[in-house]
Amino acid sequence: MGYIAARGGTTAILNAEQLVEYMRLQGGSTPLSLTQIRDQLRHAVGRAMNEGALYAPLLAALAVKQAEGDSIEASFLLRAYRSTLSRIMPTLPSSGNDIRCLRRISASFKDIPGGQMLGPSQDYQIRLLNTLLINETAADIERVLTQYDQLVASGTTADMSTGHFPKVVDYMRSQEMIKPPVDTIEHEPFDITRTALTFPCSRSARLQSLAQSDTGCLLTYAYSSVRGYGDAHPTLAELRYGVMPVAVAHPLTGEAITIGEIDVTECETVSKAHSVAGSDDKPRFNLGYGFTFGHGEVKAISMAILDSVLTQAKAHGLSGESGPAANEEFVLLHSDGIEASGFTAHYKLPHYVTFEADLKVLDRSKSHKSQQAISRIEQINARTKEVLS
Amino acid sequence: MSDTPEQLYNFALIDEDSKREVRRQLLKAIALPGHQIPFASRDLPIARGWGTGGLQITMAIITGDDILKVIDQGDDESVNAVNLRRLLQRTTGIQTTVNTKAATIIQTRHRIPEEMMTRDQILVLQVPMVDPLRWVEPNLERATVMHGESDYGRMWVYMYESVVKAGDLRIATQYPVIVDGRYMMDTTPIPRWDIPKLHMAETLFLFGAGREKRIYAVPPYTTVEPLQFEDYRFKTEYIPGQKCQRCGAEDTFLTSHFVVDTQHANGGHWVSSCSDSSYCDKRIDANLTIQEANS
Repeated sequence: MGYIAARGGTTAILNAEQLVEYMRLQGGSTPLSLTQIRDQLRHAVGRAMNEGALYAPLLAALAVKQAEGDSIEASFLLRAYRSTLSRIMPTLPSSGNDIRCLRRISASFKDIPGGQMLGPSQDYQIRLLNTLLINETAADIERVLTQYDQLVASGTTADMSTGHFPKVVDYMRSQEMIKPPVDTIEHEPFDITRTALTFPCSRSARLQSLAQSDTGCLLTYAYSSVRGYGDAHPTLAELRYGVMPVAVAHPLTGEAITIGEIDVTECETVSKAHSVAGSDDKPRFNLGYGFTFGHGEVKAISMAILDSVLTQAKAHGLSGESGPAANEEFVLLHSDGIEASGFTAHYKLPHYVTFEADLKVLDRSKSHKSQQAISRIEQINARTKEVLS
Repeated sequence: MSDTPEQLYNFALIDEDSKREVRRQLLKAIALPGHQIPFASRDLPIARGWGTGGLQITMAIITGDDILKVIDQGDDESVNAVNLRRLLQRTTGIQTTVNTKAATIIQTRHRIPEEMMTRDQILVLQVPMVDPLRWVEPNLERATVMHGESDYGRMWVYMYESVVKAGDLRIATQYPVIVDGRYMMDTTPIPRWDIPKLHMAETLFLFGAGREKRIYAVPPYTTVEPLQFEDYRFKTEYIPGQKCQRCGAEDTFLTSHFVVDTQHANGGHWVSSCSDSSYCDKRIDANLTIQEANS
């Protein structure tokens, strides 16, 4: 027998695995440690966690290392690992109010209760390549850490409430600028990891789905809606990055027990579109909510915009019902990076059975066409004879 | 590759609660032949679109005593089949086979084995698209209503138009069927040749779509009728006189491949052979045995 494409797999697969390892290590440089990746590739780790939908910084660092920095592949590894874990218990609902902020900004008001806090942000940096990082040493790291300690010590940060701020949207609610959050009351949130997403879907299903979506994809949909293929008109009410405590109920007493803290980004937008739910209500702004593990501002903002656009589309509000980003099924079913990349890549698999069957249809279609052409010519010939005779 | 299962993971990888969910949805699917049942669909270490639906069904139903066969395009040695079999073998330690008759569970992509399966076997099919109405109605919410009301008119119109425009019922694989006189069902990209094997079969057919998060089933002794018109009947790919150039079978689904031959003007030539590789090998072995007996 001759060669059959993509067959005779086992040896080839094992060799391929070995070659991937070789490609990762071919330079012979010092191996990356997981703590280095966790600390110094913070955004890569955060993205793997939020798209992989598993909060586990060191495992995420391992995934980033194994995936050689490919963000979808890293999140895929984490998500696959999540399937092997039993769910022990759900956490209690957490509120963005409990976030100990390292950063919180608002674009809706010049001054907000508690004040603006720029925090760690590259927003106002001039993006020049920093050549000082080329030969960074342990001494440099030491110096930066010492400077930080001095900065903290000199600040007015002694009291325990540091980093806790009232929320801008609570103020907006009290002023009746936005609707109270009761479109449909859901006592238990929908869980897309336990129940398949069906449509129409609840808002909790939407938010959960968006939270594990591909960052680039949400960015594209949100951008399309603000750029012209839609009617989003968002204003950023508040963006927070910080540390959020996570609690579970004690299995016997029911008492809330804090089991740890996670790094999170939260975003709330309000949209310019008035009168969200039709005629019965007083005109209000519409709220959009975004949330990610780690420090993922672009994703949190995109998610909030899409949430708001989809709420408006569903409520048949005055605006927001146009553009691809306003189609809930379209957005939610195509934004999961792991599903989208998996299916798009599956065309690498052999398809010769389906292709063979397609060929047969093509052949029949060809002979049908030529039959049609022949009978048309015969008709013309007959007609010509008729006219001439 | 060792024969002992990986110790880090549960038997067949996914946790027992998740398996139980899959089995519950399987029972529903069997009770409503051809009806799509949503299931949560775990993420697996295999990419979406590469067989994760079929894999989850196999993982949910497999036991230590099962004998597993995995094929892709009818072939046990196709890379994806090798890979899925390796994952199942590594996480269960169970016995695998290429012999259709010896297997208790067969997981497949794009084919139903040529050899008649029995009531003691289960065929698990990997499904990419799920809904046959996707051709005419991509919106799931509307398609669900259409299924609920047996509203298949638009699909019939689609079939009619394809006959008028292309001279054929234009769907090659994933040919739509009506199951048990009720639900229209996508048959996955199996060729039309395989469709009649679903009808009134002894075997249980389970269909899993991981990315689309749906399960459906054709229980034993269930009618499965391909969409066809009274004056335009369903036809398979079969061409009278076709023959496998390896084993000589005249009644199998053939695929063609290029055989390199430096003596040949074109550097080789095309050969048609059975896509069901183990059946083809079996026939060759049997012929050899007969020849030996005769010599």
